[in-house]
Amino acid sequence: MTDETAVLSPSAAGSKEPAAEGGARGQIWRSRRYRWDLRWSPYAFVAPFFLFFAVFGLFPLLYTGWAALHQVELTDPDSMTWVGLKNFTRLWDDEFFWNALRNTVTIGLLSTVPQLAIALGLAHLLNYKMRGSAFFRVAVLTPYATSVAAATLVFVLLFGRDYGMVNWALSAVGLGAVDWQNGTFASQLAVSTIVIWRWTGYNALIYLAAMQAVPGELYESAALDGASRWQQFLHVTVPSLRPTILFTCVVSTIGATQLFGEPLLFNGGAGATGGSEHQFQTLGLYLYEQGWVNLHLGRASAIAWAMFLILLVIAGAARLLRGRGASR
Amino acid sequence: MRAPARVPVRARRTLATAVTAMGAAALLLTGCAQDPAEKSESGAPAGDKGKTTLTVGVFGAFGLQEAGLYDEYMAQNPGIRIEQTSIERNENYYPQLLTHLGTGSGLADIQAVEVNNIAEITATQADKLVDLGKAPGVDKAAYLPWKWAQGTASAAKGGATVGLGTDIGPQGICYRKDLFEAAGLPSDRAAVGALWAGDWNKYLEAGKAYKAKAGEGKAFVDSASGVMAAVTGSSAQRFYDEQGKVVYKTNPAVRGAFDLAASFATEGLSAKLQQFTPAWDQGFANGSFATVSCPAWMLGYIQDKAGPAGKDKWDVAQAPKPSNWGGSFLVVPKAGKHAQEAAKLAAWLTAPAQQAKLFEKRGSFPSASAAYKLPTVSGAQHAYFGGAPIGEIFAKAAEGVPVTVVGPKDLVISQNLADIGMLQVDQKGRSPQEGWEAAVKAIDNALDQ
Repeated sequence: MTDETAVLSPSAAGSKEPAAEGGARGQIWRSRRYRWDLRWSPYAFVAPFFLFFAVFGLFPLLYTGWAALHQVELTDPDSMTWVGLKNFTRLWDDEFFWNALRNTVTIGLLSTVPQLAIALGLAHLLNYKMRGSAFFRVAVLTPYATSVAAATLVFVLLFGRDYGMVNWALSAVGLGAVDWQNGTFASQLAVSTIVIWRWTGYNALIYLAAMQAVPGELYESAALDGASRWQQFLHVTVPSLRPTILFTCVVSTIGATQLFGEPLLFNGGAGATGGSEHQFQTLGLYLYEQGWVNLHLGRASAIAWAMFLILLVIAGAARLLRGRGASR
Repeated sequence: MRAPARVPVRARRTLATAVTAMGAAALLLTGCAQDPAEKSESGAPAGDKGKTTLTVGVFGAFGLQEAGLYDEYMAQNPGIRIEQTSIERNENYYPQLLTHLGTGSGLADIQAVEVNNIAEITATQADKLVDLGKAPGVDKAAYLPWKWAQGTASAAKGGATVGLGTDIGPQGICYRKDLFEAAGLPSDRAAVGALWAGDWNKYLEAGKAYKAKAGEGKAFVDSASGVMAAVTGSSAQRFYDEQGKVVYKTNPAVRGAFDLAASFATEGLSAKLQQFTPAWDQGFANGSFATVSCPAWMLGYIQDKAGPAGKDKWDVAQAPKPSNWGGSFLVVPKAGKHAQEAAKLAAWLTAPAQQAKLFEKRGSFPSASAAYKLPTVSGAQHAYFGGAPIGEIFAKAAEGVPVTVVGPKDLVISQNLADIGMLQVDQKGRSPQEGWEAAVKAIDNALDQ
């Protein structure tokens, strides 16, 4: 810090504005300004983000909360009727809501668990010294870079009942064709596959970054102790990655809770119903159906807030978990 | 790390990482840009300065541009440039239109509205739309009276005609000649029409006869919900009564249509497809079903999906009863910058002469009855469908279509009946009663504010 003052002061003094008389006062003014600069500039620098967040994040959040307490239709958003917590209490009896919540949890588990496991393995492989590692690292990220819409439309064709490639392959090896869109488990598995395909590479790169920060000495000493590659992975890599793993778990959970594009487009014909028995209607999809198909803005807002509260609970649980992990 | 010999290696690696990161970022950007759901097409070469640009927002392959109507208007009016934005599915297009109307921004100068939504538009949005009944060049007498009434708000809401009718959807039955022949059924369109004339139940009987000869694995219809849409389209009262009350639960016409369509599924006559999905499109290409109830606007779709290989295999016959499915309107939002010019364009686009051209090029059947006398309509034949006299077939259907009572939530009700109720019967093998109950439950939830 002293270095910086030394660098700054000549340029400030170079202006030579105050004469000899003002030298002492100028000095005080400058140092005061410098302190202010040091103290407030960072806030000015981060302010744009928070300004934008307030406009595009906080305001919609609060307005949604306000709308959730009203009966309001998308056809006429200006006329609101106060209904208190009715939109929330009715969710208790709303079997479609519970169905959507159940689907969100199962699809979330079906996609997140294999996704993170594969990502960890993939990162471990990418961590080896090999030719063209940069190429493979980028290649692993490409699914993430494709648009949800494009990816899902391709998967819909792959999982087609009559002419899909997956069923063709299943029949070729003697297993029967599966009606991927209509089966409850089958459709959820198919949707999860899209999610896994898109996000595994992304998580693998995060793990890879964390792996490269693991000190090499740990592996060397483990190797000296006679640990195999697998044992090294299990007893050195994974424990060192624990904070990263927790981070990806939280991020994936948030992503899974908000799952929307894949199930929406997977049901090419009907949009937001999530299949004829709502078998893959997620919370995001149900929210969309209430708000943008049935045009009930108030009910949709209540679902949005319910999702928000669920995420807060999960975040709280994760914090507890991490706290316990740290105390150990 | 501190060894100086490694510095160049690290620098190289940083460079490589930067390049790959940029590559990934570029991919990300292009990936985002390729949203296939929304596309924008320009009807004219860009860069015409000093012209008034009118935008037209439509859903699906609306056909105005494809029929060359924009080009023609621009040639007649050198000061006007027309641009079109299109969103594939009305389910995505309509909510966006509503939010844009609500905020008064992001609107095209002219917006298309589907018939299932028009009642909601006239009931809730009339004050935000231009009264096109008074626009220059609009002739009320040229339109089918019921079509004109659908686009007009009730007297209590000001009585303005905010929507000008474009096309309607009189239905025929499109069928595969070769498959009919193979099953020993007549393939001549007059004889085919006579098979089921006057009664939807005869259509079911024809299906049973077809299945008996065609054998396993060959379906008679594409989907049970297609049959349901056709049958409900032939009754005057469907989901609402004249007083605007929801009556679909007790209306025998709706339940009858549901049960009749469901028997196509339970009798094994359906290919168990869901309409407007990729699998349905593949069904056309692969000939996996012999008939489909086709509103006039669907002919172009079938031609696109069945491709050149299907030429001279498809034909179209009269439906059992006159029935209407679909059709659209054009509205002009008041918030648009060029509402006057837009109203003029909307009037021109929906005038009988233009509707006739749209029919000639795209098969969208005119809602302006004045167009039926024009030779392009009355003498129209469809080359792809074996030269079928579609003008004659659809005009006959259109004139027999009852004046349908439309309600604000028609779309939600028909969609849940099809995509929940009928789909459960068709694709999951549920009983018609179970399917009906599931649909009613979903509709009750959807209508509950």
